[in-house]
Amino acid sequence: MELLLDSLFNGIAIGSVLLVAALGLAIVFGLMGVINLAHGELMMLGAYTTYVTQLIFKLPILKPFYNSYIIVSIFLAFIVSGVVGILLEKTIIRKLYGSPLETLLATWGVSLILQQFVRSVPLAYGTGLIISLIIGLFLPTTFSSKIKESINFKYFKFSSWIFAALTGVLTGSVISSSVSKLSRASARNVDVTAPSWMRGQVEIIGTAFPKTRLMIIVITLISVIAITLFLNQSAWGMRIRAVTQNRQMSDCLGISTEKVDIITFGIGSGLAGVAGVAVSLLGSVGPNVGGNYIVGCFMVVVLGGVGNLLGTVLASFGIGIMTDLIGAGRFLSIWPDMPLPLSNTINFFATTSMARVMIFALIVIFLQFKPTGLFPQKGRMVEN
Amino acid sequence: MSLSKIKFDKKIILTFWIILIALIIAAPTLLPVFRLNLLGRYLSLSIVALGVDLIWGYTGLLSLGQGIFFALGGYCAAMYLQITSSSEFPNNIPEFFALYGVEKLPFFWEPFRSPVFTFFAIWTIPALVAGLIGFLVFRNRIKGVYFSILTQASLLVFFNFFNGQQKLINGTNGLKTDVTQLFGQMVGSESMQRMFFWVTAILVIASWFFAKWVVKGRFGNILIGIRDDEPRVRFTGYNPVIFKTIIFSIAGALAGISGALYTVQSGIVSPQFMTVPFSIEMVIWVAVGGRGTLLGAILGAVFINYAKSLVSEALPASWMFIQGGLFILVVTALPEGVLGWIQGDGPRNLLQRFGLKRKIETYPSLEINNKEKK
Repeated sequence: MELLLDSLFNGIAIGSVLLVAALGLAIVFGLMGVINLAHGELMMLGAYTTYVTQLIFKLPILKPFYNSYIIVSIFLAFIVSGVVGILLEKTIIRKLYGSPLETLLATWGVSLILQQFVRSVPLAYGTGLIISLIIGLFLPTTFSSKIKESINFKYFKFSSWIFAALTGVLTGSVISSSVSKLSRASARNVDVTAPSWMRGQVEIIGTAFPKTRLMIIVITLISVIAITLFLNQSAWGMRIRAVTQNRQMSDCLGISTEKVDIITFGIGSGLAGVAGVAVSLLGSVGPNVGGNYIVGCFMVVVLGGVGNLLGTVLASFGIGIMTDLIGAGRFLSIWPDMPLPLSNTINFFATTSMARVMIFALIVIFLQFKPTGLFPQKGRMVEN
Repeated sequence: MSLSKIKFDKKIILTFWIILIALIIAAPTLLPVFRLNLLGRYLSLSIVALGVDLIWGYTGLLSLGQGIFFALGGYCAAMYLQITSSSEFPNNIPEFFALYGVEKLPFFWEPFRSPVFTFFAIWTIPALVAGLIGFLVFRNRIKGVYFSILTQASLLVFFNFFNGQQKLINGTNGLKTDVTQLFGQMVGSESMQRMFFWVTAILVIASWFFAKWVVKGRFGNILIGIRDDEPRVRFTGYNPVIFKTIIFSIAGALAGISGALYTVQSGIVSPQFMTVPFSIEMVIWVAVGGRGTLLGAILGAVFINYAKSLVSEALPASWMFIQGGLFILVVTALPEGVLGWIQGDGPRNLLQRFGLKRKIETYPSLEINNKEKK
């Protein structure tokens, strides 16, 4: 019993990282049919945001609030990755609608650039750049409608970008002079240390669970609930669902699909940032950290089907639990005296990497019976 | 999108071939061994690019997992070389087995003692694996992005498998070939490398003609039909699954040959051949060269790799930026690739923009078509 509980918990912990990472990918894929290969790098940005936030909270002014930095970094990571995502959508992805394979390649190019960016630009100036992006993108939207409609709006826009650039340079140099660790570029991995209240273990029904893993499960839970509420209760959520179901018809009915695309892509990317916070709690953070999770996310999307959050949830927990069961060789401990050839096979697959091999084989077998995932979209079409 | 858009003079084609053959014969004496070896490697990579062009440029299947077949071909070649040069090691098995305390040769190594088997294995094993993966995926009408993701995932699966199995195939260390013997000579020696260069050059030309033959005629038309409108091909009475599976295994076979040639020239095969970035790079060679143009795939592979080695020698950090920018640029600004741009309306449009050529006023497509017919 205890063993089973332990296994279940491990599986849920693995699955919840996958879930929060795959959630954004699934929403974007459902809406635009676009697979974002830079999703892993957006996660990486989220993880680096956590690291930067942690260092900034070590400054004397913010020291008293150090314990809450992880909460703050969740919001910051959402914003940082979201803004980068919005920029990506506005500059590249919008041009490529209707050609998903080209989008795949372009986003791969973006991911290469982002990886090299964190390697060769000091994090302090990277932060400055992100801040100027945030200001530049959002300041013009706060102007009153009178200014927006005026003929000189482009000058207002231009001057707000100049303001944004100046603020960015200023914050960049302030951070770089006050936090020495951020002032030099380095390709080395960095470590995020959890605040003291998150270290150690909690005992539930006689079994000890690490607190960081519980925290990740909580983050995931909140993200899933928030996104479900947003999609099902808010006006924009309804528009997103409408466009997911039928883009042309929604466009005809007066929904601004352009705005819907931006919002969805921003939220999807922001969720990648939140996933990055979760990932940073599990191990060290490096430029390649996203790559370790991204294929798992793809598998979740393929398995879960398009346009259904429940599918994504079930798929990630399914994959998580199966990974633990196979990877830790749990079948053997559940059924100790199984015949030798079977136990040999199970031992052969009882490592993390071989578990992946097995999981993939299972997914391919599953797709033979349900090619469109757990919850296929209903409807009769020649092409989906 | 074939070469027929520009009518080459027969004399030009003949001179092109004479120059090409002269270059291939002369290259080993002109270039230093290091550069020759690099050129040989890049030429062998152009064979895998031909395969990518066949499945992506002509059939519209974007595979992000060609590294599997590339590495499988490499492993076949390396296993043969290792096992035939293992007579002085304990138990007559390759040296690395001793490190992991393995005394008996794993069963799947046995057939690689035979050179004939290896010769066929290098291209049939990748082709069979590709056919199996392809059939399972295509049968369910999984296509587009789903197909790309599944190929990428299978790439990762193969990577994990080869990376983790020290006792079977030396895991992450890979198999070395440069100190093994072939025809009584060291594979890494200068004379052997020169020979491999010629073999590669001949095989590149051979596979180019093979690919040209494949995309010609009805078979090629069906492939292009699948790319442009698969349901219509199906409604016309063809079964796209068969055609897609066949072309995917052909691409796999080409990748296997390419991998074997690359392995003997680089001196090692390792799971690094199956990393995700390498397989996506193969796609970008084709994209830059011009998908749907076979020559573009070859030139793209050779030139981008040469550029890569030159840039990485000078500024190691900047290659990632350049490569990333290349991906974005090609996809957004030059979707036909360089050769496709030249063969299409690219130069005409450019000249028009600078006022060097008169603009075509009405129905441009109509007029061009009429001119060609005359």
